[in-house]
Amino acid sequence: MDSFFGIPWAALIGQLMVGLINGSFYALMSLGLSIIFGLLHVVNFAHGAQYMLGAFVAWGLLEYLGIGYWPALLIAPLVVAAFGLAFERLLLRRLYALDHVYALLLTFGVALLMEGGFRLQFGVSGQPYPNPLSGGLDVGVTFLPLYRVWVILAALAVCLGTWFFIEKTKLGAYLRAANENTPLVRTFGINVPRMLMLTYGLGVGLAGLSGVMAAPIYQVSPLMGSNLIIVVFAVVVIGGMGSILGSIVTGFGLGAIEGLTKLLYPDGAGVVIFVVMILVLAVRPHGLFGRAH
Amino acid sequence: MADANTRPMLQVAGLRAWYGETLALHRIDLEVREGEVVCLLGRNGAGKTTTLRAIVGLLGRREGQIQLQGHATEGLPPEAIAKLGVAYCPEERGIFASLTTEENLLLPPVLHPGGLSVAEIYQLFPNLQQRRKSPGTRLSGGEQQMLAIARILRTGAKLLLLDEPTEGLAPVIVEKIGQTIRLLRQRGFTVLMVEQNFRFASALADRFYVIEEGQVAGHFRRDELDTQRAEVEALLGL
Repeated sequence: MDSFFGIPWAALIGQLMVGLINGSFYALMSLGLSIIFGLLHVVNFAHGAQYMLGAFVAWGLLEYLGIGYWPALLIAPLVVAAFGLAFERLLLRRLYALDHVYALLLTFGVALLMEGGFRLQFGVSGQPYPNPLSGGLDVGVTFLPLYRVWVILAALAVCLGTWFFIEKTKLGAYLRAANENTPLVRTFGINVPRMLMLTYGLGVGLAGLSGVMAAPIYQVSPLMGSNLIIVVFAVVVIGGMGSILGSIVTGFGLGAIEGLTKLLYPDGAGVVIFVVMILVLAVRPHGLFGRAH
Repeated sequence: MADANTRPMLQVAGLRAWYGETLALHRIDLEVREGEVVCLLGRNGAGKTTTLRAIVGLLGRREGQIQLQGHATEGLPPEAIAKLGVAYCPEERGIFASLTTEENLLLPPVLHPGGLSVAEIYQLFPNLQQRRKSPGTRLSGGEQQMLAIARILRTGAKLLLLDEPTEGLAPVIVEKIGQTIRLLRQRGFTVLMVEQNFRFASALADRFYVIEEGQVAGHFRRDELDTQRAEVEALLGL
């Protein structure tokens, strides 16, 4: 059997693969947004710019210092996280006492500044980044590029690792408790302000990691983040704001749906995620995995 | 009962505190000595809970002095005040829904030696052990209250602030909480509690402060309650 309801297996698996690749980035990005929103109640509009920063740090490491993909996979997220920590400590922290919209505006402004700065320096055309894992797997009906398999598996592992950290560890219990009742957790002697800073660093670091992983697939360009972030916000809304598991499942799931739509109804691929968002919000206003606040 | 030879655990002098723009505490002066059980009485909205919240650093704006074992807490954030050996059990209990019973119990870090061990806590509250895998908010009201008290016994805090520990609970649970507080006194804990249940409190506490409109309106030892009952009841509106 070389087709599935008239669709060739090779095309089906190929599109599913493309969908899961996009889904990997949706999941990693919306996971970071969810962690930040869940604890800090900040809608981090700079997330796309921080993803772009991760990709540019990886590109710069290679271009100027000759440091390749694998070390960059560690260094770039740390650089982006350090940027996030400083940003939280110096600016974002001052806005927690005010209406949430102020933090949203600040992060939005920072995103515009970062993207503008990189456009000024590098222009809008993308910089290529070499594929660190050439070759592929022959699975009979089709050929799977090795780097894409790596991205999907790595994203899945990072997502599950983050989920385990938050749901099953002591530090994660602090985060969950502080999410529910920050003042009470502070009376236990837990330094919640420092925890908020580290959480922001973790979420932003995940965006940086996504950026490095994206560099060989998409090109490294100043606008790569703003193209992605719109879809990622839709994913977060569908999964439920602040839900860790929701971000992971919805991210990969919507990537797959988007990929298959390209095959079945190519014209609809650009809007299918937003159609799903409308349908989900009509039935479950807090998202698939969200809880009413 | 504690006498003048014991150390003061908590000294509050001329405390004024605000909720937003509203002055909630006009002037609170009180003292709790090591090993005492002291009760704040008074009508709803008199400022009892606000006094406890001010002590643990949860009010943004306050004036006056609060000393914990001689250390001034002026300007300290709640996490730093906790390290001076005080723990707070809020009126609404503050059990975390996203944590299991056991995670709730083990959440507050041990800051000083001398707290109860987990085994001792489970011996004291066997229900909590049976239900340790359940989400904290699936417990009954009485179990949640026990969990809220139990989790601050591990931390090594010697001064426990309990806000209405018997509110809304069945008589048999109230009795259990009374036994627990007596046991805690034997173990050397100091307790400052807010209580509306005057019968419960009068059998338990060494001293009483009556709070009214954000001020201390009266102060009695337990052995004075009988002779001054009319005055106490007038103050409490009983």
